Amino acid sequence: MSILNVAKGMGVTLSHLFKKPVTVQYPEEKAQIQARFRGRHHLLRHPDTGLEKCIGCSLCAAACPAYAIYVEAAENDPDDPTSAGERYASIYEINMLRCIFCGFCEEACPTGAVVLGHEFELADFRYDHFVYGKEDMLVGVKGSKWQRREAERKGGEVELGFQAGPRPELEGVDY
Amino acid sequence: MDPLWVIFLKAFVMSVLLLGGFAYLTWYQRRLLGRFQHRLGPNRTGPFGLLQPIADAIKMIFKQDVTPTRADKFVFILAPGISVVFALVTFGAIPAGPANSFFGLDPWILDLDIGLLYVLATTSIGVYGIFLGGWAANSKYSLLGSLRSSAQIISYELGLGLSVLSVIMIAGTLNLREIVELNVWSVSPWLWPGLIVALFAFWISATAEVSNVPFDLPEAEQELVAGYITEYSSLKFALFFMAEYVGMINASAIIATLFLGGYKGPAFFDLLIPGMSEWPFIWLILKIVLLLGVFIWLQASLMRMRYDQLMRFGWVWLFEIALGAALLTGAVIAFVL
Ligand code: SF4
Ligand code: SF4
Repeated sequence: MSILNVAKGMGVTLSHLFKKPVTVQYPEEKAQIQARFRGRHHLLRHPDTGLEKCIGCSLCAAACPAYAIYVEAAENDPDDPTSAGERYASIYEINMLRCIFCGFCEEACPTGAVVLGHEFELADFRYDHFVYGKEDMLVGVKGSKWQRREAERKGGEVELGFQAGPRPELEGVDY
Repeated sequence: MDPLWVIFLKAFVMSVLLLGGFAYLTWYQRRLLGRFQHRLGPNRTGPFGLLQPIADAIKMIFKQDVTPTRADKFVFILAPGISVVFALVTFGAIPAGPANSFFGLDPWILDLDIGLLYVLATTSIGVYGIFLGGWAANSKYSLLGSLRSSAQIISYELGLGLSVLSVIMIAGTLNLREIVELNVWSVSPWLWPGLIVALFAFWISATAEVSNVPFDLPEAEQELVAGYITEYSSLKFALFFMAEYVGMINASAIIATLFLGGYKGPAFFDLLIPGMSEWPFIWLILKIVLLLGVFIWLQASLMRMRYDQLMRFGWVWLFEIALGAALLTGAVIAFVL
């Protein structure tokens, strides 16, 4: 370690002292997230008919390395179908504590029904609050369970702490 | 000379202030280190994160205090006490202003004729806290850490002692207040080369004495799980940290006093407000804060040295450089002046 090198190194750190910090003051400032960020799942609908894309085939559950998905399928009522296929998922649950956000479910899905969105603020207090059902993931539901409870308590809108670019797979999700 | 009870009172106030200084030094360090690394540092607790040290203290107090079963209980408790007491005691000899300048009181606690010797002695006694702490914990990591630390501190004491020789020779006294009053730089420009080298050597030795980066081997969190404090928790851990940080304050104060004019401000401030350079406390505190900033700057820039590098640097380089500075100054005093 020569004196010159030390001086050079100290010059470098000194020059950094006067640069603007890169810190994002997160809850107040919105985190900038890449469009391909993998967060909480969305269950999509066909935009034209409004029918659910999910046909209850359980391929996502089979692909999931963390065994986080539970699907139960039921026959569609031909007069008032829930999904576009023969069957639909009567129960569709993902355990967010088990999920490792790998995106395998999204890859496995033949209809593009389950897509990983951008939401990452999933912290909660009780174990069962981490099991997200259809009512928590169907397109149009915004925010994590806790965020929605909190918004209801305060009587306001769900506020998300991030901004992300658009992603074509996320049909009908505008954040 | 103040009455005895005033001296006790001053000592008490100084201890409290130093402990507060320790708390806010951690804040200063974390904020500044953050800025060096493009971060903001802790800014959540209170305005600018100013309440962070208090939150840390509360957390520290409520931590479980574990004493290892095989530890030597008495020494285990004694060691952090030694460390922190001698760190605090060192500061007592440092003058913070001219005589009678603080509302008729002297802004120092002890005005010793052997002030410099006293400072060097008390800083070295601090190593007992480290060594005994490492030994009493009865753990190999602690022992290794404390052995490293003792060897390091004893080695760099040489550099410390030799580099102050120049100042002592010029000033002709060990009294810190007289050294400040004399202002070693004003004696003769011929002495400047020796003094600059001495300042440099003293700085490096002091960095090693207070185990600051790049000489932070005693702690070496990454290899030694924090060295001699491995087995310490809760308040005792905090005491060791306190000792280390107060040591940093002491080192800055001593460097300021010996080499940078101590409690005196730059003379041109007298043109603005007459007598400003003689105001007590502010100049010393300002210099301490600046020098601490440089210590933190070092922390942000340098890596820890390897143990053999540390020893070689101490004995082969620093020792010789400090000796050279002393010889140079001696020669100038003997033959030129
Ligand atoms: S993202 Fe991966 S872990 Fe999570 S549910 Fe899908 S397949 Fe399972
Ligand atoms: S989400 Fe896709 S893979 Fe999973 S059950 Fe529905 S259709 Fe099948």
